[in-house]
Amino acid sequence: MSLDLSDVKRIAHLARIEIDDAGAETALHQLSGILGLIEEMQAVNTDGIAPMSHSQDVTQRLREDVVSETNQRELFQSIAPAVENGLYLVPKVIE
Amino acid sequence: MINSSLKELAALLAGKKISSLELTREFLARIGRFNPKINAYVTLDEEKTLTQAHAADARIGRGEAGPLTGIPIAQKDIFCAKGWTTTCGSKMLENFVAPYDAHIIEQFDRAGAVNLGKTNMDEFAMGSSNETSYFGQVKNPWDKSRVPGGSSGGSAAAVAARMCAAATGTDTGGSIRQPASLCGLSGLKPTYGVCSRYGMIAFASSLDQAGPMAKSSEDLALMMNVMAGFDPRDSTSLQRDKEDYTRSLNKPLTGLRIGLPKEYFADGLDAGVAKVVEDAIAEYRKLGAETVEVSLPNTRLSIPVYYVLAPAEASSNLARFDGVRYGYRAPEYTDLLDMYCKTRAQGFGEEVKRRIMIGTYVLSAGYYDAYYLKAQKIRRLIAQDFTEAFKQCDVIMGPAAPGTAFKVGEKTADPVSMYLEDLYTIAVNLAGLPGMSIPAGFSNGLPVGLQIIGNYFDEARMLGVGHQYQQATDWHTRMPEGM
Repeated sequence: MSLDLSDVKRIAHLARIEIDDAGAETALHQLSGILGLIEEMQAVNTDGIAPMSHSQDVTQRLREDVVSETNQRELFQSIAPAVENGLYLVPKVIE
Repeated sequence: MINSSLKELAALLAGKKISSLELTREFLARIGRFNPKINAYVTLDEEKTLTQAHAADARIGRGEAGPLTGIPIAQKDIFCAKGWTTTCGSKMLENFVAPYDAHIIEQFDRAGAVNLGKTNMDEFAMGSSNETSYFGQVKNPWDKSRVPGGSSGGSAAAVAARMCAAATGTDTGGSIRQPASLCGLSGLKPTYGVCSRYGMIAFASSLDQAGPMAKSSEDLALMMNVMAGFDPRDSTSLQRDKEDYTRSLNKPLTGLRIGLPKEYFADGLDAGVAKVVEDAIAEYRKLGAETVEVSLPNTRLSIPVYYVLAPAEASSNLARFDGVRYGYRAPEYTDLLDMYCKTRAQGFGEEVKRRIMIGTYVLSAGYYDAYYLKAQKIRRLIAQDFTEAFKQCDVIMGPAAPGTAFKVGEKTADPVSMYLEDLYTIAVNLAGLPGMSIPAGFSNGLPVGLQIIGNYFDEARMLGVGHQYQQATDWHTRMPEGM
């Protein structure tokens, strides 16, 4: 699987990372090297092998549906880039 | 005193030969002296540190001390500590003051340990040399023109230069064991799920695991007694009975079966490192252990599998850094999308962006089965290799890293060459097994680590295997010159 410049720009957009042409060129070269490494996987026969996500194959723990956290809005918002009246400020999204 | 074991320090504190305040001041003085050259710490807060030391002295005075009460510990800057700047080595979190404590930090607080400061690391733990840190590279105390390894390079350098009694690290693909090897100290990555990930800034959640870094195996055991334990706030934390990790330290090695994977002694291993590792294994035979050749045929595949799974999970985990709730926000932007894109382009370093992009690509529509699912299937094959090997042996031994500490800048131009640093460590994370590295000697004046891999939950045995070697050898007591 080989990438081209437009792929790199599409990936950067999906990842929400601004990239200029020079950056995309460098990324193309490096991502291609990494994907070349990853391609080694395709030679392996994995028919009938179950995917593994946790070594102990544990199932998700459940808990009672009760309140476990206290309200710490002020503390949490004290480290936010921009807040007003208890709300996080972002550029206008609805006209 | 700076070379004393944790047990010796606890005895000095209990016997009132020294106070925690004095001990802490001694380490702070060493940090003041050596850190400007080594750059192991990124955040120090003398007032907070000394307040904890004072409280520890009071606790010791009341006769309520535990084994780590009053002991100064360095914390990797990946652990949120309430009121402490917690950067994870990134510009993105340069001004992030954690509003809560990680479980690991709580555990040390409960034990009465003293937080000496936060240690430097590769940005978001992505790196094997500490060169991706936004706060500058860490220098290897054994040779300042060389890297300390990574990502827990600050913690490794702090222990090696005796700028702390012990430290914490995290290991996603070798980030405790490889720097421990390159800096000449002992480091343990526990079985996945043994230490809580709560408050530990996430990189690849199915692989990340916290662990101790210290001078000796015995020190690691005492650290593990504090760090391990069930925590309901981490959905992958394992519910197990509390165990004493020191219980097998004095168990003789007679009859211990050591598996030597032939793939770990093949091409790609530096000859000097191979010699040191073979000498260490000869020492184990002298101490009564037997060796048997085993095979881990899928070792080579662990790198491609890792570079699908870890970036995929990272791309998802790091989506939270959007400039809205905390962390960096770009100063100028046109709209919301532009704010996200500029914030992330400016806030993340090159390696982090590279991995997010790889992860985004392998998870994008149409590629999931070919990459992520395929990698998860091979992951099971890699884990099965170990299951087979452990039918023939009790522990597996080999090198922790393919070479000794390399020069600063040597591998930064080619990411793939850097990724190969973790050839012997990554499979252990993929399988979820415990692994450790202990100092085994030197090659051209640089430390070499011996990796010990155990079966699931066999940390106590591994620590004993390390301790017995350290009773017979003195590599773990060596210190860099001029420190």
